[in-house]
Amino acid sequence: MLKRLLRSPSFLFGFTLFFGTLLLALLGPLVLSLDVEQRVGLAYTAPFPGHWLGTDHMGIDMFSLLLQGLRASLYVGLVAGTVATLLGTLIGLYGGYKGGLVDDLLTSVTNLFLVIPTLIVLILLSASLEEGRSLSLIALLIGCTTWTWTARAVRAQAASLRARDHVALARINGFGTAHIVLLHIMPYLLSYIFMVFILQTASGILAEASISLLGLGPYDSISLGKILNEAVQNEALTDGAWWAFAPATLLITVIAFSLYIINTSMESVFNPRLRR
Amino acid sequence: MDWLRHHPTLRHMIARAGWYLLTFLVAVTINFVLPRLGDASPVGVLMARASMNLDSATARQQEEAYLAEFGLVHVDDKGQLVRDAAGKPVPTSLGAQFARYLSLSLRGDLGTSILQYPRRVSEIIRLALPWTLCLQLPTIIIGWVVGNLLGALAAYYRGVFDRLFYPLALLTSAVPAFCLGIMMVYLFGIRLEWFPAVGGYDDGMVPALSWAFLRSASYYYVLPFFSILVIVVGHQAIGMRSMCIYELGTDYVKYAKLLGIHERKILLYMFRNAMLPQLTGLALALGGMVGGALITEIIFSYPGLGQAILTAIQGNDYPLISGCTLLITVSVLIANFFVDVLISLLDPRVRASQVSTR
Repeated sequence: MLKRLLRSPSFLFGFTLFFGTLLLALLGPLVLSLDVEQRVGLAYTAPFPGHWLGTDHMGIDMFSLLLQGLRASLYVGLVAGTVATLLGTLIGLYGGYKGGLVDDLLTSVTNLFLVIPTLIVLILLSASLEEGRSLSLIALLIGCTTWTWTARAVRAQAASLRARDHVALARINGFGTAHIVLLHIMPYLLSYIFMVFILQTASGILAEASISLLGLGPYDSISLGKILNEAVQNEALTDGAWWAFAPATLLITVIAFSLYIINTSMESVFNPRLRR
Repeated sequence: MDWLRHHPTLRHMIARAGWYLLTFLVAVTINFVLPRLGDASPVGVLMARASMNLDSATARQQEEAYLAEFGLVHVDDKGQLVRDAAGKPVPTSLGAQFARYLSLSLRGDLGTSILQYPRRVSEIIRLALPWTLCLQLPTIIIGWVVGNLLGALAAYYRGVFDRLFYPLALLTSAVPAFCLGIMMVYLFGIRLEWFPAVGGYDDGMVPALSWAFLRSASYYYVLPFFSILVIVVGHQAIGMRSMCIYELGTDYVKYAKLLGIHERKILLYMFRNAMLPQLTGLALALGGMVGGALITEIIFSYPGLGQAILTAIQGNDYPLISGCTLLITVSVLIANFFVDVLISLLDPRVRASQVSTR
């Protein structure tokens, strides 16, 4: 399977793209000197030697802001993706394996929050937080609101695996619920869970960008969404200051596209129904 | 209730309706509780604005009027404030406030805006909603038709067309809507100046049903329209393409081919089966259209609901925020309910499962 995946050109393409942005975010600050405090020019100064992406509306080096934003956005995405995947997987596995009343209850809660739009809950939550909106908290909130579809999908698969012989054998041998769920059911779903994680990470990054564009972004850091928000609010678009928004737009698009490609290429490898 | 046993579909509908009512209650509770978690009281905000040039007696009178307006103090049948022994208004409990909020929301009364006091939230929404609907309804329907046609064609013909079309559709369906919007504003609105970049109509115009206004509005309509359309087409095409590829490989299609049934007839069978999930998607998209383009509207400064929410957020206008979010949630819930009922009527497999679970 892994070999097939590594031979798929679209997977390699997506992986290289995403890994590139990750590397840029991790190594960029180590190699280059960044400064998001110091003014280096006038507002919206066009790119000039030493500051290849110009300045923002405050006269701060755009390249430094961009790298900071990239780090923050990837951080939000990965934290939100991890939380959502963990919550969704555990709730889905537990409900699907246990069945009965516990399952009914968990399924009802899942379905309930599945139909209430995530962005709406995020808007209400973030708007009520006011001062306390840190980057980590936003990531956590996104994770806690997007787990539902994962739980539903994982539950369906766990419920079908429950009837397998090896699960029955494990139960006869007296293993506990946690043991059976984690060691006898979850291994079958690992590739699926990984694909879920990829999608949840992408949607986490986009969710953060969306609420930042609504003016509900983190107060303690600069994310790509917040750069866009500042640019839109401070007339970078109408001033024609492309360097203030185009690079951030491009980065978000590249991240979303690469994760999407990774997911679809993995699906075509792991899902035999779609295999040609 | 015995007769219900013989109407499994009807019984299913009633059960679903009850379930969606419960979901609605949860959504209303979220809308009520979350804005009240912060300590910003609407009266405090309004008083800070109003009390500057008032003497203390008028200021107190004004404050009491505000308190009554937002349902924070008890009011008797004649609209007079209920006062305690010290002459102070009696504050209502949170439970009573929730009951009031619920009954008013059910009657479509979403309260008073803080930022644009004394305008009603429902009035602000009524002015913004047509813009959102005019933007969303055509894009969703046209995008759905075009996307499904292209997707089905790509799955059926494969070859060069598919190899060119599929990556393009992947790209357009993966690009975040606001990224595409920003780039379109800059490229076609600012750089090339083909169309106006931001806004809904020319400055200085008043919305009215006149030719001059409609011409101006349709000119501003082009960019946001296409920025949403491209993405809807991409999404639908990808979904339809993979559905059709799956259907092409199923046993009934192979069997029909072996029987020598005419190609066009097989396509029709296949199309009907591939359509069901797509129809569901259409209904859900229509339900989500009220809140589906919030960010795009903000990018284009389009005078729809997105702009209303943005100004509400910037001004901590909680009644307006929760009015918009409640409207969006309710339309999504209604669409979901509709889809549930539609599927149980259309899909014989679901119908069968309702009979068997009796």
